[in-house]
Amino acid sequence: MRKMRTQSAPWRAVAVLASVLLVGGVAACGNSDTGGGAADDGKITLGFSQVGAESGWRTANTTSIKEAAAAAGVELKFDDAQQKQENQIKAIRNYIQQKVDVIAFSPVVESGWDTVLKEAKDAGIPVILTDRSVDSADKSLYKTFLGSDFIKEGRLAGEWLVEQKKTASGPVNIVELQGSAGAAPANDRKKGFAEAIAANPNLKIIASQTGEFTRAGGKAVMEQFLKANPKIDVLFAHNDDMGLGALEAITAAGKVPGKDITIITVDAVKDGMQALADGKFNFIAECSPLLGPQLMDLAKKVSAGEEVPARIETEETTFTQEQAKEALPNRKY
Amino acid sequence: MNDTVGRYRAMTAHRLFWPAAVLVVMLAANTVYRPGFLSVELKDGHLYGTPIDILRLSAPLILVALGMTVVISTGGIDLSVGSMCAISGAIACMYISQQPDQNSLPVVLTALAMALGVALVLGAWNGVLVAVIGIQPIIATLILMVAGRGLAQLITEGQIITINSEPYRAIGLGHVLTLPLAILIALAAALLVGAFTRRTALGMIIESVGGNAEASRLAGIRSGRVIFLAYVLSAVCAAVAGFMMTANVSSADGNAAGLWVELDAILAVVIGGTSLAGGRFFLSGTILGALIIQTLTTTVYAMNISPQTSLLFKAVVVIAVCLIQAPAFRARFARRRSSAPPPSAVTDSPKEQVPA
Repeated sequence: MRKMRTQSAPWRAVAVLASVLLVGGVAACGNSDTGGGAADDGKITLGFSQVGAESGWRTANTTSIKEAAAAAGVELKFDDAQQKQENQIKAIRNYIQQKVDVIAFSPVVESGWDTVLKEAKDAGIPVILTDRSVDSADKSLYKTFLGSDFIKEGRLAGEWLVEQKKTASGPVNIVELQGSAGAAPANDRKKGFAEAIAANPNLKIIASQTGEFTRAGGKAVMEQFLKANPKIDVLFAHNDDMGLGALEAITAAGKVPGKDITIITVDAVKDGMQALADGKFNFIAECSPLLGPQLMDLAKKVSAGEEVPARIETEETTFTQEQAKEALPNRKY
Repeated sequence: MNDTVGRYRAMTAHRLFWPAAVLVVMLAANTVYRPGFLSVELKDGHLYGTPIDILRLSAPLILVALGMTVVISTGGIDLSVGSMCAISGAIACMYISQQPDQNSLPVVLTALAMALGVALVLGAWNGVLVAVIGIQPIIATLILMVAGRGLAQLITEGQIITINSEPYRAIGLGHVLTLPLAILIALAAALLVGAFTRRTALGMIIESVGGNAEASRLAGIRSGRVIFLAYVLSAVCAAVAGFMMTANVSSADGNAAGLWVELDAILAVVIGGTSLAGGRFFLSGTILGALIIQTLTTTVYAMNISPQTSLLFKAVVVIAVCLIQAPAFRARFARRRSSAPPPSAVTDSPKEQVPA
């Protein structure tokens, strides 16, 4: 390391100069005492900490970010936190030490980020949140939040159900498979859905439990839901994978998914869209993972000191069974 | 009168009494909450009901805990079993997913053989690190615990591999004689390990190595070889458990499959009465421990305990089980309750703690 530093001394001067010109004073302070290559070649370095690879959605998200970084000429440092906040905090601290130009991450959970975000702020490194938000009261700790509106996804799912069941005379029993406890998509989808179905007092959530966003979890929970509740009309799963796991449990209970039990999910990954096209699911509110290009664009802007809106939404839609059949051949993930 | 008290004491002194009592209490509480909890019916030619779910879902944990029991009794520990589950499931599903006919039996058998082969190699790796090189077991197996999950993701390329293979699915969901095949496999494995360790001198040798490896070696036991084989057995058990986990959902998820199962397995072993210090081991206790853990998880779902409180709920139950299990705690509790302490409570404790 020491040797490298002495060798690259002239380059370091150029790098410092370049970063002063490109990024402005703050980032230059950050770069001046490292030999490491933040702005060596005029490239922006983006440190990204991913939640994990828990679903097809996440994988598509990762691929999108990696491809967009390569296309935009951004040097990407990528870390997989494997669902653990401590890993993510570790990764962010590493990025701060490495003096990257911009840090972006998808928080595993909503709370407990103030300290590490403060460290990034003190080091003068702008932070972009992607896909999931944090509950920090101090909004100056991060530049912007790029991601889906989970409350809206839950609401779209709920509104579709209200529309479907508006002629229902009796009670409609709904069971809910929540995502990981404490995760923003779980909290917000639950909230949005509950708000939307409040429009019809017949619609009632009779059981709600976490399936940890995994197929095995969704299946194990659904098995017990089916045994505890003889009459389940609707299943709302916070992601496709839990819904896919639940399919098996529903079939094993001798019921027909999509007919006996209406299934609504969020995400629209390939396996989920296939289930929708096959008539096993009834409705999916999309949550698009392809935010890579938008992220690179934002990274360039914030590292150049440009002002960006505090909240940027990814573009999304919803799918019915017919729409899924049409859209399926062109899906990227 | 004295006779009944004596019989009661003899029963409660049995090392399986308290874990069994906890299991019964949990099942009873569930039945009170929902009277149909224990009901089992015949559906599509096999048994269907919550108790069957518990049996089926506990099968992978029983298998993993079985290997763990033997490893722990040699004085070691195997943290890599969860990653091993993910790797074996990933290899099997990846191979099957690439074949034109996923339903063909030879394809599935080849997949299983490949995954088991890798498990043998990785188990041998752990064994060599511990028995030959002499690294602390917790560190040696930590390597594979961390690296193994990466390996599983490498195999699946970070994707969830979905397969459509009936023979493979049967490992997790099939039925034989109306019972889930998974639990039958797990119990067969338990019987096999039980027969090898209890009908031959092997069990005593393992316990002797766990008690004092060096003394055993001087007494003529090849301690290193015994320890090595324990890790290989553990890896193979974990691999089969990995088949069950992935077959249960017909998909391999390198990230989630077998996550934290090593901790559940260690807990099952401890609940079963095997000391983490090594020495004596109790296979039947381990099986009971695994059933308790799975029943606890299912209870959370069945009682619809909110996700925010379920972890605390589990922790409280686990602490209670461990305390009830501990003779020292029971003795103290009994002394506090009655001014005249029952002598048996005091004499019980050293008896149960005698190391082999």
